Amino acid sequence: MSDNPFARIIRNPNLSPAQKSHALAVAAENSLPPPSLDDETRAAQDARVICDMFEGNAPYKPRYVLPDYSVLMRQGSDWLELPAPRTLDEALNVLMIAFHHVPSVTGMPVYVGQIDDLLLPFCDGVSDAELVSKLRFFWRYLDRVLPDAFLHANIGPADNRVARAVLAVDAELKQIAPNLTFRYDPGISGDAILRFCTANIIACSKPHIANHPLHRAAFDGVGYGIVSCYNALPLGGGASTLVRLNLLEVARRSADVADLLDRGLPHYVELTARLIEARVTALRASGFFQSFLVTEGWIDEARFAAMFGIFAMAEAVNHLQDSAGRKGGYGHDEGANALGLAITERLASLIAARPLAHVWRGRAMLHAQAGLSTDSGLTPGIRIPYGTEPDPVTHVQALVAQHAHFPSGVSEILTLDETVRANPEAVFRLAKGALAAGLREFTANVGDNDLVRVTGYMVKLSDIARHREGGMDRTNTTALGAEAALMTDILARRPRVVAGELQARSDG
Amino acid sequence: MAEPSGLIARLLRWSVVDGPGNRMVLFLQGCTFACAACHNPHTIGTCTDCGICLPACAPGALVLKNGRIAFDPTLCTHCDACLSACPIRSNPMARRMSVPEVLDALLRDRLFLDGITVSGGEATMQPKFVAALFAAIKAEPDLSHLTCLIDSNGHLGPQGWARLLPVTDGVMLDIKALDPRRHRALTGQDNVRVLASARLLAKAGKLAELRYLIIPGQTDREDEVAALVELARELGAPLRLNAFRRRGVRGAAQDWPEATRETVQAIAARLDAAGLGPVSLPVTFTR
Repeated sequence: MSDNPFARIIRNPNLSPAQKSHALAVAAENSLPPPSLDDETRAAQDARVICDMFEGNAPYKPRYVLPDYSVLMRQGSDWLELPAPRTLDEALNVLMIAFHHVPSVTGMPVYVGQIDDLLLPFCDGVSDAELVSKLRFFWRYLDRVLPDAFLHANIGPADNRVARAVLAVDAELKQIAPNLTFRYDPGISGDAILRFCTANIIACSKPHIANHPLHRAAFDGVGYGIVSCYNALPLGGGASTLVRLNLLEVARRSADVADLLDRGLPHYVELTARLIEARVTALRASGFFQSFLVTEGWIDEARFAAMFGIFAMAEAVNHLQDSAGRKGGYGHDEGANALGLAITERLASLIAARPLAHVWRGRAMLHAQAGLSTDSGLTPGIRIPYGTEPDPVTHVQALVAQHAHFPSGVSEILTLDETVRANPEAVFRLAKGALAAGLREFTANVGDNDLVRVTGYMVKLSDIARHREGGMDRTNTTALGAEAALMTDILARRPRVVAGELQARSDG
Repeated sequence: MAEPSGLIARLLRWSVVDGPGNRMVLFLQGCTFACAACHNPHTIGTCTDCGICLPACAPGALVLKNGRIAFDPTLCTHCDACLSACPIRSNPMARRMSVPEVLDALLRDRLFLDGITVSGGEATMQPKFVAALFAAIKAEPDLSHLTCLIDSNGHLGPQGWARLLPVTDGVMLDIKALDPRRHRALTGQDNVRVLASARLLAKAGKLAELRYLIIPGQTDREDEVAALVELARELGAPLRLNAFRRRGVRGAAQDWPEATRETVQAIAARLDAAGLGPVSLPVTFTR
């Protein structure tokens, strides 16, 4: 019965048994009815103006979970029958066990911790060579056993032995998983570790560099982590759900800019909030928060945020520009960029004015959502459409003012021509300048790296080519990346012309 | 006295191939050479407002106003048809920029920049502008961290350098050929002044880089490479080898062979062996 969705999954030759098992669970969950919604919200969801990101009809785990693994390091786990670790080997072993008990929307953990803070206390008496060797095995384990590019490790802001060992191993292995964020603070980190990071970006398009002072200010003393596609969330908590709003569809349903700001956005922000409420309520009813993760203090229900995602800002702005007969495209024209900022500011104030029960700080957190593999013709978050990006300096300056308003994450992927390999100092300066200018996240791809970011997660171009030819792939996200590459123009993201030559275009 | 302005073919806010780090680059219009291998040939001439390019401009971005070409960048579609139409290898889209205008652009981008490079064309054809610009950068506290570099063909005389060097951090100098006759054939000019500039700059500690373009069958010949080794040894400056590419060139050079990785690496190895390395190569030849 090939029409039966379960049978189709079972007979899919490109999925491993474990991948089938996950797909079957998703299909089973979706055979249940979704959380009940009022008619207006349901209609907006059916019209894809708002979207639950295919999280599943019956949420029984939060979308993102960021355990405070330091609890485990300090006290071990009664539930898992693990004593508190005393050596680096024990610490790594305990973490490897712990990861298997941390759910997320993907079925795999999205957060493997603030690696340097967790491991540094166990590194006295461990040589640098031993540290690198142990981390190499740890990294290999993560990529082979939890092969999901949404899985994210964090280091920084301090320049320390573990952060350096992690960067060395990451550049050496060039794996999809884990994705990696360095949290940069100009007052703490120093230029040396930032140069290490930018050299790694040239080698393998990782790490992603987070603007630590901006993020720290958006959270509290317990801290935050960066997970999945650059989502900033409370440490010891996470996100119950991520719901997103398609700004192009809101623009299409608005008469003009004034109508969008005064009526369209307030209306759809309200409907998005209702969808969030329905999903948070359903999650709480599932019993998840009775888990040992809560009782042992790895997570706290009060620290789970609701993420309010937006995307297709570029298409929305360009639609409004066209409708008004104004020239000037998003990312290139000051007027268009100012319109983008006005929309973002309006969203931020509407979200701040809409209380939500049972979410962190009682409000949703605005997030520039980095796309789904099926987003044909729509640009993630507030990004500039693929293939039309200006030079990186213009690119950053076009969008940086909006970054202040996205506490749960926003990212631009700057694509750099391979000539930058001969001049790593330029990537360092760009990163440092962009972060000083207020960019919340610095992310770059360097032309002709095999390992590249797709919408936010890493894939290997060679894996995508193999998947297209019908091969099996051991990672969850390559299938998504292959779909994204076919459905969207993502690989058309143009390496910017950075060569300082004036090319007469008549030469063909 | 009027503040000097520059005639600018193009301003780049992000360049990683015109000196260390990220640099703003001003391509100045006009050149003292007419190199067959030039890949920006439309920067060589200076516009005479003849108007021959006007019919080529479909969107009407170019018009004649009071006998002068006026360019409206908001109408330009970047088709570059005007560059092909120009009979004197000029660029009707070049625009005048004052020193304060360039400073404003630098202040806007200062966090992203390691410095500025003036290139061309031949930047030293506009020495008053370059000297005034660099002096203004050094005098502006928010810009004083920027290094000021010149990309030059070396045709400038000693008096010109005397004006520029006090405010210039370094010069990246192109040597097109060591043999005078070959140099004349390639550039239309003698290389006596180029060699004098190289020595003057090296002595002043301002020769940031000596660049040499490898054109198969011409500048990769034994006598040229041997002379390059001698000159590099004398100057002691960092060396960069560039590889001839047909992209952008006009005329006979469109039929010249492109430099291969093997040729470029062999010459680099020879310079290395002479103790003159490390030699910088095109990034596509280093991997």
